[in-house]
Amino acid sequence: MTGTIVKSNERKLTIARSMAEALAQEMRIDPTVFVMGEDIGTLGGVYGNTRGLIEEFGPERVRDTPISETGFIGAAVGAAQDGMRPVVELMFVDFFGVCFDAIYNLMAKNIYFSGGHLKVPMVLMTSTGGGYSDGGQHSQCLYGTFAHLPGMKVVAPSNAYDAKGLMTAALRDDSPVVYMYHKGLQGMGWLGTEPGATVHVPEDSYTVEIGKAKVVREGRDVTIVSLGIGVHHALKAADTLAQQNVSAEVVDLRSLVPLDRDTIRASVAKTGRLIVVDEDYHSFGVSAEVIASVVEHDLSVLKAAPVRVAYPDVPIPYARVMEQFCLPSPAKIVAAWAQMAA
Amino acid sequence: MTPSRDELAWMYRNMVLSRRLEETISKIYFEGKTPVFNMANGPIPGEMHLSNGQEPVAVGVCAHLTAEDIVTATHRPHHQAIAKGVDLDAMVAEIFGKATGLSGGRGGHMHLFDPKVNFACSGIIAQGLGPAVGAALSRKLRGLPGVAVAFLGDGAANQGAFHEAMNLAAVWKLPFVCVIEDNSWGISVPKSASTAVARNDVRAAAYGIPGHYVAGNDPLAIYEVAGEAIARARAGAGPTLIECETYRLAGHFMGDAEGYRPKGEKEALFAADPIPKMRARLLAEFGFSEDELVAAEGAAADRVAAAIRFARDSADPRPEDALTAVFA
Ligand SMILES: Cc1ncc(C[n+]2csc(CCOP(=O)(O)OP(=O)(O)O)c2C)c(N)n1
Ligand SMILES: [Mg+2]
Repeated sequence: MTGTIVKSNERKLTIARSMAEALAQEMRIDPTVFVMGEDIGTLGGVYGNTRGLIEEFGPERVRDTPISETGFIGAAVGAAQDGMRPVVELMFVDFFGVCFDAIYNLMAKNIYFSGGHLKVPMVLMTSTGGGYSDGGQHSQCLYGTFAHLPGMKVVAPSNAYDAKGLMTAALRDDSPVVYMYHKGLQGMGWLGTEPGATVHVPEDSYTVEIGKAKVVREGRDVTIVSLGIGVHHALKAADTLAQQNVSAEVVDLRSLVPLDRDTIRASVAKTGRLIVVDEDYHSFGVSAEVIASVVEHDLSVLKAAPVRVAYPDVPIPYARVMEQFCLPSPAKIVAAWAQMAA
Repeated sequence: MTPSRDELAWMYRNMVLSRRLEETISKIYFEGKTPVFNMANGPIPGEMHLSNGQEPVAVGVCAHLTAEDIVTATHRPHHQAIAKGVDLDAMVAEIFGKATGLSGGRGGHMHLFDPKVNFACSGIIAQGLGPAVGAALSRKLRGLPGVAVAFLGDGAANQGAFHEAMNLAAVWKLPFVCVIEDNSWGISVPKSASTAVARNDVRAAAYGIPGHYVAGNDPLAIYEVAGEAIARARAGAGPTLIECETYRLAGHFMGDAEGYRPKGEKEALFAADPIPKMRARLLAEFGFSEDELVAAEGAAADRVAAAIRFARDSADPRPEDALTAVFA
C-alpha cells in the first residue's frame, strides 16, 4: 500500500498511533508545537491520536479545552501568527459549523491579507466519515467544503505510513493545514477498522509531501481515484475486477489542496476511463473536481464518460440499512465499471 | 411551590420509566457487540449517551409544561423526551432505527423529533438554544401561549451559541427558560477545568435576567425553581437561567472506560442516586404506600418492555427511503 517493502517483522502502526508519534517527535524538537482540543489530554483524544502526549509534554502544551471551538481555533490562529505552531482538534468535522469563521476567514486568509508577511503555521486535525450509524451530525466527510475555500491545505491519509508523513509535513508547513482522518481507518476497535490502514511505519521522523498523490495499484483499463477510506474500497474493487480480467489502477489522492492533477491526468491518459470514489456528498465536491481536472485538460484521452461513486445528496441517515444503502462500497465501484463498460 | 400528589406520582413514574428504559437499552446495546466492541454492530448501533442519574432535571422542569410548550434537548435526550411526553413506542423504534420510529430511522438517538409535543434535539453542543429562543419568539409574535425550554449540559455553556441566544432571549424578553444540567463533566474534561465560574447561574447577570443554581439533584427543589421561572416566562416577564446539579451515573457514551473519573466518584454518585432518594421521601413525607410505588415501578417496567417489543417487531426502513424527506 505504501510502496515500501514490508518485512513481516517490521512494526505496524494504526493511523491513531502514527499521528500521535508524529506529534510527539515534532514536539520533542520544536518547543513551539502545542496541541489544543476537546478530550485530547487526559483521554488522549477520542480517536487515540494524541495518546501519550500529556504524559510526556504536560498540560501546558497538551491542553484540554472547553467546548468552545470558535474560541480555541481562533486562538490557534493568533498563536500561530505570534510564532507558535499550534495543533488543534475539531473532534468531528461535522462540528465545523460552530467555528468556521475562525477557519476559513481567519486561518485561511490571514497570510493573504498580510500580503504574505505573516505565517499561519497551524494544523487543524478533524475526524471524518460514517458507516457506524452515528447519525447526520457525526458522520460526514465534508472534504469538498474545506477544499473549496482557498488558503488552507487539505490532506486526508488512507494509511498509517502516509498519516505520519503527512502529519510531520503539516507540522513543518508555514501555512495552515487541515488534516482530515477517517474514523473507520483510525485503528480504534470500537469503530471497526479497515485493516489495510494499519501498515508499516518507520520509527524515524519523515515527511510525505503535501500535494502529491500516489498510484497505489497499477492498472491499464480504468483509473479509480479516491481518498481516505475510499482507497480501500477501490483496492477491493480492483481485486474483484481483476477476477473479471479488468485491470484497475488506483490513485490515492492523499492531499486535496494542492490537488495533484498531474498524477490523475497521467493515469487517465493511460487507462482512458475514470471512476471517482468519495464518501463526501455527490454534488459540488471532490469527485467533480477530479473529473474536471481531466476533462478540462484533454477530453480526447477518455474512452467513456467518467463515473462518480459518492454519497447521495441527502443528510446521513441513522438506520443501518439506509446508511449502508448510501455509502460507497467496493460493490458499487464494480457496478460503476459495469455501467461504464456497457 | 410544592408539587401536588398527582405531580409527585407523575415525577416518580417518569423518573423510573426513564431509568428503566436506559437500563434496558444498555443491555440491548451490547447485543452483537461482544466479544469485540464495535459501535456499528447490534440492534442499537452508533453512539449512545444515557441519562441515568439526570432524571430529576427532566421531571422537575417538564412537570410544568404541556404539549404546546417547546423543549429542545441535547445529545443526551431520553429523559427529557420521556418527561415531555414524546411517544415512547416511536421513540424507542427510532433508537432501533426502525421504520416506525419518530423519523422512520433517519434521525437516531441524538435526533428525536416529535412535533406533536414540540420536542426537538441537536447533537451539536448548545445548538438547541437558538431554536428554542426562536420558538419563543414565534409564540410572542403570534400572541400564542407557550414557553420554550432549552436543556443543555454544563459544558455547553462555554459555546458561543449559548451566549448569543441568552442575550437575544433577554433583550427581546421572550418566554424562554434555559436549563443547564450540571453533571460536572464534558466527556473527560471536568467542569472545573473548562468553566471559568463554578456555577453558571452567575452568568445570568450578563444578560440582566434571574439566575438560579439548584444543588443536590433534587427533583422537588428543581420543580420549585423551574416552576417560578416558567410562570415568569408565561407572564411575559422574560427568560431565566437555571443550572441544576445532577449526576451522570453512566459513562459519557456507552463503551466509555471512564478512566478520567477520580477514585470513589462513581460510588459516591450511586450512593446519592436520586431515584431511591425520591422513593424514600414519597414514603416518609408524602404519604405514598409501598404498594403504590411497587405498582408504579411495575407499570414502568411493563411500559418499557412493550416499547422494546414494538421496536424489535417493527420492520427496518426501506433502504431507498434514505433518499426521501429531504425537502418538505
Ligand atoms: C459543537 C460541538 N463540539 C463538540 C461536541 C462533542 N461532544 C459531544 S457531547 C460533549 C460533552 C458535552 O458536555 P455537556 O454539555 O456538559 O453535556 P453532558 O455530555 O455532560 O451531558 C462533547 C464535547 C459536539 N457534539 N458539538
Ligand atoms: Mg456535562
